[in-house]
Amino acid sequence: MSLQVAIRTKRFGATDVLRDLAFQVARGEVLAVLGPSGVGKSTLLRILAGLDTAFDGQVRREGRLAMVFQEPTLMPWRSALDNLRLTTGVNAQQAEAALSRVGLTGKGALYPGQLSLGQQRRLSLARAYAAKPDILLLDEPFVSLDQTLVEDMLALTESVIAEQRPATVFVTHARAEADRLATRQMMLTAQASA
Amino acid sequence: MSDVALSDKVSIVGGRDAVTAPRPLPDGMVRVLSLSGLLIFWWALAWLKADPMVLPGPQIVLPRLGVEAMSGALWTHLGATLWRVAQAFVTAMSLGLVLGILMGLMPRLNRWLDPWLVFFLNLPALVVIVLCFLWIGLNETAAIVAVAINKIPLVTAMMREGARALNGPLADMAQVFGMSRMARLRHILLPQLAPHLASTARSGLSLIWKIVLVVEFLGRGQGVGFKIHLHFQMFDVTMVMVYALSFIAVMLAIETLILQPLERRARRWREA
Repeated sequence: MSLQVAIRTKRFGATDVLRDLAFQVARGEVLAVLGPSGVGKSTLLRILAGLDTAFDGQVRREGRLAMVFQEPTLMPWRSALDNLRLTTGVNAQQAEAALSRVGLTGKGALYPGQLSLGQQRRLSLARAYAAKPDILLLDEPFVSLDQTLVEDMLALTESVIAEQRPATVFVTHARAEADRLATRQMMLTAQASA
Repeated sequence: MSDVALSDKVSIVGGRDAVTAPRPLPDGMVRVLSLSGLLIFWWALAWLKADPMVLPGPQIVLPRLGVEAMSGALWTHLGATLWRVAQAFVTAMSLGLVLGILMGLMPRLNRWLDPWLVFFLNLPALVVIVLCFLWIGLNETAAIVAVAINKIPLVTAMMREGARALNGPLADMAQVFGMSRMARLRHILLPQLAPHLASTARSGLSLIWKIVLVVEFLGRGQGVGFKIHLHFQMFDVTMVMVYALSFIAVMLAIETLILQPLERRARRWREA
């Protein structure tokens, strides 16, 4: 099992954001986490990524982790190629291959600022691809993109996941995206709270 | 109505610009012309005053500068001052960098250290220098320590601003992808701090050499400050100007040949 999650509570101040959450994700599975804004989807993903450790419970991750963020989150002062090499440790040749995989052939020498937003998103996906992850976390990676770009990115993400078969957790608020990518879906709902 | 008029005007100016506007002069040329203007301004003032004992013109100072350079004395004193500037600069920059980053990243530490920072920022340079000479003695260590203590708070304050503006999502990304500490320092932290480092270095250098001169004026037997003190006592304005001008020239050279190219390198990605 690549990812095992058992969260009893996650609090911000006196408010329980997450409570009694237990699930597992195996390699090749794609779990979509749905729910309205502010329900704790991103908090859950930060916990899974190990970025938030202040919670009551346990998360077990096996293997390499990669993440695609809401924003491209690239190093603007490093070339596209270096953005892959320095974060994932792949060599230049493997980085070139990852760029080609997402349709950025020949763009390796450009800085992120010289790429369009769509290309930056692809680069961010290429980074996750180059990492050859056992666990892949996607944090609303298609939010604020126009519809054609969403379609492009969905197709690309789908094929990358099919190829590498990581245990994937995909946070989104768009049911259509979840239906397209996920093998399982989980709905987070707001709890009755003070 | 006024909108239309404005946009008409803008489009005309744009058209003329594209066709006939002269290209702006290169930076280097502007610099030379501007400094020549300063030279002329000085010469005019000296000519108006008409008393070389009080304000000697360039035609008196520059030959004396040549004589002093030929004798080798100029280089000895310039070298001594430059060496002190370098030592104080490295000390102040490295300590201030570490302190500033820590205070920027750790709000609790900042709460406790901020009043200290305000205290040291407002401590007059002269007081620090005098106390260092009294406590440590009239020696080289006291000189360097005094200058560094004057400068560290400013570096700290500026680097703290830089550390506060650090990009959180990038740090998250580095952690998720398991980048090493060294890699994070080199590829995530330092590139973000580079513009702050560059401006701190430039303002730092100009402040440090002024304080070094005061230190030398008060208690050293070598260096530009010492020579200025000596000639001040003999009311030799020409020699005071010889030493002041030559050190300004050295600082201008460091700025142009070292600091500016470094800054350009750090900003390369923005212009790409």
